[in-house]
Amino acid sequence: MSPPDLGELYQQVILDHNRSPRNFKRLDAANRRAEGNNPLCGDRIQLFVQVEGDTISDIGFQMPQGSGCAISKASASLMTDAVKGKPVADAEAMFEAFRAMLAGGANAPGKLAAFSGVRAFPSRIKCANLAWHALHAALQNSAEPVTTESARDF
Amino acid sequence: MLDTARIRPDFPILGQKENGHRLVYLDNAATSQKPRKVIDAIVHYYSFHNANVHRGAYALAVEATEAYEAARTALARFVNAWGREGVVFTRGTTESINLVAASWGRTNVGRGDTVVVTAMDHHSNIVPWQILCQEKGATLRMVEITEDGRIDLSDFGRALESKPKIVAFPYVSNSLGTVNPAAQLSKLAHAAGAVTVVDGAQSTPHLRVDVQSLDCDFYALSGHKMLGPMGSGALIAKPALLDAMPPYHGGGEMIERVWDDRSTWNKIPHKFEGGTPNVEAAVGLGAAIAYLEQLGMERIAEHEQELARLAIERLTQIEGVTVYGPKGHRAGVVPFTYGDIHPHDLATILDRDGVCIRAGHHCTQPLMRRLGVAATARASFYIYNDVDDIDALVTAVRKAGELFGVLAS
Repeated sequence: MSPPDLGELYQQVILDHNRSPRNFKRLDAANRRAEGNNPLCGDRIQLFVQVEGDTISDIGFQMPQGSGCAISKASASLMTDAVKGKPVADAEAMFEAFRAMLAGGANAPGKLAAFSGVRAFPSRIKCANLAWHALHAALQNSAEPVTTESARDF
Repeated sequence: MLDTARIRPDFPILGQKENGHRLVYLDNAATSQKPRKVIDAIVHYYSFHNANVHRGAYALAVEATEAYEAARTALARFVNAWGREGVVFTRGTTESINLVAASWGRTNVGRGDTVVVTAMDHHSNIVPWQILCQEKGATLRMVEITEDGRIDLSDFGRALESKPKIVAFPYVSNSLGTVNPAAQLSKLAHAAGAVTVVDGAQSTPHLRVDVQSLDCDFYALSGHKMLGPMGSGALIAKPALLDAMPPYHGGGEMIERVWDDRSTWNKIPHKFEGGTPNVEAAVGLGAAIAYLEQLGMERIAEHEQELARLAIERLTQIEGVTVYGPKGHRAGVVPFTYGDIHPHDLATILDRDGVCIRAGHHCTQPLMRRLGVAATARASFYIYNDVDDIDALVTAVRKAGELFGVLAS
């Protein structure tokens, strides 16, 4: 079997979101927030979510100290685009679909399918999942920072 | 330089492909590959000599014990230990340092005392001291580094003014490649009344180590970074210190007599080797030492320094590449970043061309904070690396730049 092509991992949309991440901002007034850590590489994400009623009215993220590889940063960026303005239940469903895709299942909807190439690079799956686990924790109102080493299916 | 064309065939793993390319293994600071002689020594041990050591009255058990103790003798000679009794086999550097912290540290460090480490230490030479200091109400003092990645000697001097009980530092930095003046640091620490603990994980595989001339008190090393098996390693210590220390693990082998409510201890080093030891690891380490001695540690050091010099020269010709660590003399460790490409992405891209490097914080988070980076990419060399490997590294780094359209920073 020939090794997977780098172009499948670093698809243009991923490179684009890495270079110009969307919703790359602090929301000081956010009523939900979560922190995600990947202790293996030291990557960190801070996620800010504003939930009004059942809807994610605004969302932003930061990656302190220039941390965050292209995969984790683009994943966070595309995630924030995908869930902004959506009901909380839809965001949770996208989280499930995204996880299932990286675990070998069907492609997640829309632009999130760009991460299907990550499946062929097992060492990078945690990078793609980090923001989504942080979102899940924020929506669950979990005070504990999520880490790639505690979530069993990272 | 070493004759890598003769060395490479000794390493079975180097004959295989990585993602369809020649395997370019440049993560030797994490672990080294193993020559056939080490692999064979382990197979031979299990095929012909396996039995439990230090207790059997039959010939096979004597053979196993002899094989195990021969490895201790070889290691004692290799680092010029104070004696065979000053060589305690452990699982590696981490366990060796934990042994010192738990035994010497718990006995001698108390409330208000100070333990000194450096900002370039590996987590394995920081965290055991943090645990000790928190337990005892002692203070951990971290010595700063200079701009060019050396231990700041004036800050080291200031740290010694607190009359620390323990001063711990790495001989060679795994993150920067700095070769520290270990004998000088040890002398200064002794003058301040401290015992010294040297992390030898990155020095023992790469340069001639003589613990007696370093005159440290404890020296920790790992076998797997020097061609030996994982799970092999040792604490080298002054026998008088070991004699006075309480045991680390209780169990079989480490006792002299056991009564209902108390025990007396075996002689050193056995006092610190409770339970059935990892004989296969010791035997493999012995074979690794024989291989290294046949090449000569001075020649190995020269070979790696030349590769590091060449790698730095070629990498810094690429606009946007920053190399970290001291200018001039350094070990074969080359940490770098490339523009705004995250080191993890670099490592993934290089791997497509068969080039294996490490990306991340290298278990030195306090150092990374001081460098102002979350992570670096790190190429590290050993005896089987050659100029072709450097070509492959540099070519793959350039490719990464093209893919990401590097914004040189």
